[in-house]
Amino acid sequence: MKKTGAQILIESLLKEKVEVVFGIPGGVFLPTFDVLYDSPIRFILTRHEQGAAHMAEGFSRASGKVGVCFATSGPGATNLVTGLANANMDSIPMIAITAQVATNLIGNDAFQEADITGITRPVTKHNYLVKDVRDLARIVKEAFYIAQTGRPGPVLIDLPVDVQKAECDFSYPAQVDIRSYRPNYQGHPGQIKKAAEMINHAQKPVLYIGGGVITSGAHKEILALAEKAQLPVIWTLMGIGAFPSVHDLSLGMVGMHGTYSANHATQKSDLIIAVGARFDDRVTGRLDKFAPGAKVIHIDIDPTSISKNIKVDVPIVGDARVIVEEMVKYVAKKTKMTDWHKQIEIWKKDFPLTYKKDNKLRAQYVIEQISEITKGNGIITTEVGQNQMWSTQFINSKTPRTFISSGGLGTMGYGFPAAIGAKVACPDKVVFDIAGDGSIQMNIQELATAVQNKIPVKVAILNNGYLGMVRQWQQLFYKKRYSGTVLSGNPDFVKVAEAYGAVGIRVEKKSDVKAALQKAIKIDKPVFLDFRIEPEENVFPMVPAGAALDEILQGVA
Amino acid sequence: MRHAISVLVENKAGVLARIANLFSARGYNIDSLAVGETEDPSISRMTIIVRGDERILEQIEKQLNKLVDVIRVSDFLETEHLERDLTLIKVAADKNTRLEIMQIVDIFRAKIVDVGSSSLIIEMTGNEEKIKAFVEIIRPFGIKEMVRTGVVAMARGNK
Repeated sequence: MKKTGAQILIESLLKEKVEVVFGIPGGVFLPTFDVLYDSPIRFILTRHEQGAAHMAEGFSRASGKVGVCFATSGPGATNLVTGLANANMDSIPMIAITAQVATNLIGNDAFQEADITGITRPVTKHNYLVKDVRDLARIVKEAFYIAQTGRPGPVLIDLPVDVQKAECDFSYPAQVDIRSYRPNYQGHPGQIKKAAEMINHAQKPVLYIGGGVITSGAHKEILALAEKAQLPVIWTLMGIGAFPSVHDLSLGMVGMHGTYSANHATQKSDLIIAVGARFDDRVTGRLDKFAPGAKVIHIDIDPTSISKNIKVDVPIVGDARVIVEEMVKYVAKKTKMTDWHKQIEIWKKDFPLTYKKDNKLRAQYVIEQISEITKGNGIITTEVGQNQMWSTQFINSKTPRTFISSGGLGTMGYGFPAAIGAKVACPDKVVFDIAGDGSIQMNIQELATAVQNKIPVKVAILNNGYLGMVRQWQQLFYKKRYSGTVLSGNPDFVKVAEAYGAVGIRVEKKSDVKAALQKAIKIDKPVFLDFRIEPEENVFPMVPAGAALDEILQGVA
Repeated sequence: MRHAISVLVENKAGVLARIANLFSARGYNIDSLAVGETEDPSISRMTIIVRGDERILEQIEKQLNKLVDVIRVSDFLETEHLERDLTLIKVAADKNTRLEIMQIVDIFRAKIVDVGSSSLIIEMTGNEEKIKAFVEIIRPFGIKEMVRTGVVAMARGNK
């Protein structure tokens, strides 16, 4: 039976078990939206396409499924760009479908035309312009396959309006065969044994884990490896939740705002076992002084990540779970506390993460209380800046997919829509976005999306009246010249919440924090919590840009 | 170090842009680029000449391999191979210089493919060095226009 392109698209999405789509319609998307109207797919109308992209990503990260977003041609499509770039940097599987002007108008500067495949080529894993309706089903199948396999990422499909209307016979392909794309999952057995040997002989090893552990579902294997070989564990921002943060072997996050013990252990280690992490510049600090005595084993699905920043001694390309599971068999079981473990214990004890514990309302306290109240069972998203770094320090995570933050791109305005997406994926979990007063205003319009679609996310706004992280750098490195960082025109966030039909709670005293959080969780509506925190609080420890990892500013009295 | 990289790609719209973008996004300049169909019309072969240190080249080759439309990447650096580049040169020539130019063309086994009243077009095929040498000798006569296809390369023997 013949079907239209619009019908083929929606049926193909159903074949891929898509339950929800985030987005905004438009003129050239009408044929598809008309079919969507009768389909079982839940459509969540957002207020900006950037919100739709971040929601799809949040959905993907919370559920492990593929998030899908729709945007119309021209400005709708260009508004997705930040969201695509974010998902691309953080290797999150996502499908974006954009409508396009009719094929005969492409290239004519038609109304609401943008060359979106051209624009998004550097920020997607792959993209397609569908010129013939007979290719559509195969393209959708390929797009979902490419998005989820290998190193995952966003894939965009640009669908002209006449292709949505054109008809052809429909059958959804059972499998994909792309001769130029064959990701490798099995690690090289010889390399795995060699790596295990090195682990067995190392005196001062650290296991350095990143987002790849979460993507591949390798957290159980990582726990087994760490416990069997007694490996101290450090993680990246993207790796939060891949290993329980409260564990004898846990050192915390490594890097610019990492813990003292994680940074010092890295610098003094003789072996770094990197799994699904890419030695990002925020992790390594000054490269030529990075871990001078360490050999490096690097397990990654993406060969381009290996030896990009750090010279690797034993590269193993493949799936983290498959490789680590194999590796556990070859590592020797260790039980004894070595001098290395004792040294790490001393660092952990002498230099814990801390802040000034007085009666003032401090951001770190608020975050600690959110961690306490959610007990690692909720989902935490963050914006970018101080709110994000404090969250990495004071949220205790137990399981993967419970801490969702913009890693590589560092997108302010990410956390709130990501929280909405995560809540849609996991309606039974409490979802908190930890925000700053700057970043929440970058996608604040999505409160209407949360209200309209009854998505009761909680937003903890750490309101200090500044773009806090930039202000911190200005305080430390630019003589307190607060150029462009003062947010004196902030709205009343409680009134904003109320105006949207949500609930707003203002908290000005430390003693009110717990009660406010408990109240927010009980309310079955989106809630903005406006925490009036100490305005000039800084994030410490801190490794200044260009310094070595162990050149740490402690900063706290 | 100069590398000749051969890239087999799907013969589709947008593939060239993806590859060009990979170079430009990292600030690498391409010395020459030649693209054409292979024995299989659904596959194109690109020959890219690029300079850079080993780490940069390794990264470029990995990045090329990562592109969904790239089937295979091979670097000819350590492979016995042939390189050819075709050049058309329009050179000023009158009755006083024509004979001399024709002799040089003969020595280099180039060809004269067009004769005008005050110019000649020479077709020259060879590797980069040979073309460079030829161009230097012809230059004093007055090169009016020159166009090159870019280098194509192929491994020798059964490889």
